[in-house]
Amino acid sequence: MTIDHELGGPTLDDKTWAELREIAARYPEARSGLLPMLHLVQSVQGRITPEGIEACAEILGISAADVNGVATFYTMYKRKPVGDYHVGVCTNTLCAVMGGDLIFERLKEHLDVGNDETTADGKITLEHIECNAACDYAPVMMVNWEFMDNQTPESAVQAVDDLRAGKEVHSTRGPRLCTWREAERVLAGFPDDRADEGPTAGPASLAGLKIAREKGWTAPEGEK
Amino acid sequence: MADTLTPVLTDNWDGERAWTLAAYEERGGYAALDKAFAMAPDDVINAVKESGLRGRGGAGFPTGMKWGFIPQDNPKPKYLVVNADESEPGTCKDIPLMMASPHTLVEGAIVSSYAIRANTAFIYVRGEVLHVIRRLQRAVQEAYLAGHLGKNIHGSGFDLDLIVHAGAGAYICGEETALLEGLEGRRGQPRLRPPFPAVAGLYASPTVINNVESIASVPSIITHGAAWFAGMGTEKSNGYGIFSLSGHVKNPGQYEAPLGITLRQLIDLAGGIREGHELKFWTPGGSSTPLLTPEHLDVPLDFEAVGAAGSMLGTRALQIFDETTCVVRAVLRWTEFYKHESCGKCTPCREGTWWLTQTMARLEKGEGHESDLDLLLDQCDNILGRAFCALGDGATSPISSSIQHFRDEYLAHLTHGGCPFDPAASTAFAPVGATA
Repeated sequence: MTIDHELGGPTLDDKTWAELREIAARYPEARSGLLPMLHLVQSVQGRITPEGIEACAEILGISAADVNGVATFYTMYKRKPVGDYHVGVCTNTLCAVMGGDLIFERLKEHLDVGNDETTADGKITLEHIECNAACDYAPVMMVNWEFMDNQTPESAVQAVDDLRAGKEVHSTRGPRLCTWREAERVLAGFPDDRADEGPTAGPASLAGLKIAREKGWTAPEGEK
Repeated sequence: MADTLTPVLTDNWDGERAWTLAAYEERGGYAALDKAFAMAPDDVINAVKESGLRGRGGAGFPTGMKWGFIPQDNPKPKYLVVNADESEPGTCKDIPLMMASPHTLVEGAIVSSYAIRANTAFIYVRGEVLHVIRRLQRAVQEAYLAGHLGKNIHGSGFDLDLIVHAGAGAYICGEETALLEGLEGRRGQPRLRPPFPAVAGLYASPTVINNVESIASVPSIITHGAAWFAGMGTEKSNGYGIFSLSGHVKNPGQYEAPLGITLRQLIDLAGGIREGHELKFWTPGGSSTPLLTPEHLDVPLDFEAVGAAGSMLGTRALQIFDETTCVVRAVLRWTEFYKHESCGKCTPCREGTWWLTQTMARLEKGEGHESDLDLLLDQCDNILGRAFCALGDGATSPISSSIQHFRDEYLAHLTHGGCPFDPAASTAFAPVGATA
């Protein structure tokens, strides 16, 4: 694989071009593939590159400006290279109140980066994120879009330190964490082998069910 | 009278490897397909109509009626799109459902597609939930291999392809027409209606868009009957729903109950407000639904009663805040969220959310003036009902409701010269008994 030093990542090879076409072919109309195609570009190149934009445009028969317009609309697409681990701290109201603001401040200080910046070793990109639909586990942190539930400033620091040290880190209700690029490949619709890792549900998801089991509460009998 | 909690969708979440096809089939999963295939598609629509199921994504539109709007004489293909873009602040029910039991959603999507005569369906899932996407991908793959998807499903002659589509980070794509734009590979900006998606939706073809929980409820209706479903809940808000408690309660989490349960009951089930504290304000259905207070603890949580109380049932996202929480800080943060997520298509929302943020931020820092409250309400008045979609309307809800209920707290920021609260006291890791 050749490295384009100016872009800082490998160029798109024949395999990636074939996969981009494969994504477009999944849909009744090819352009529907654009969002996952851009995820694939990020998985290969670590960000949205001009080359990736041109490739999507050529495959879909639309202009690079059209692709660019889409790539700049969605927050998961990044123009600057992302580290091995994208760490997102929820600072929407509920998580912020429950401690997300303090966690984010601590991580900025600990990693010596600002919002949407990457550590000098290229390992961690820190960002504050919006509600990630895990409010019953607040405060929540996402690493490569995996749930890290019920965080404290200390647990968050521990997680990023472990990641930087190359240790294996698990989502609190999910699998071993993969890299950001590997995650982007799954989002592009190329599954990895981790679907069976992690529990069925976390403890908060089961709060009501646990009470129902204890009390013998059920939905009514239905027709047979 | 049904039990206080009625686990249906959540019933298998404590099962071993419940996300797998084997576990799902062992408890009777995919049996609703044969029952549905033995019915005419219109009869499936009628069953859902009779059940009284109303959209679980927030708006509460009757699901069966939505399906009935699909013009079956239109020669174009019909599409089902499942809205799995769960992003409304506070809302956290669809994500655990898809993680624990993705096959419930797949089964629902098959029955629903059969009813509306769609041969292609999509699950548009937000991109920021990697493991949920893995489980969906696996479930769909398993369903194909088992003959629940693909050609001639269960020998019925019905064909269905189901595509899992990951979004890329945009709250606005929870709005159904913006979602369609995203699914067509465009910027997620809402479309003008009419035409409604039922007539011209995805690829300008007749399209039904339903929330995850709505679609996941369909197999239970087919299996147990419309009357069974309608027998739960209240007069006009039938059935069960997942209530999501978050924030300052002892045991936050998911509580599946008939519609009409009260917050007082739910907080009680959740072990009460966290120790040494008391309820201050709450959202009944996400940040876009006007704030309520302890005086609303006994409002039945159904579409009608919450509406009559001046708010909306929304997604049953009950965010609970105790007295350590500064309401101005909370509302400012939501306002910043709406500003960030405004798609920029219409002026009232694009410009208005920026103005709201500036005015709110100034008040929060104690630098404003009492007249800024009137300015805020005037800004809200220029957005509400004038924005292109509900995002702009939603941005005004926390502001106008908080001024209504907590005007004095805004003024306290001015007299105090800033926020009078200690943000550390509201955190989950604050020592017991910490006060603001």
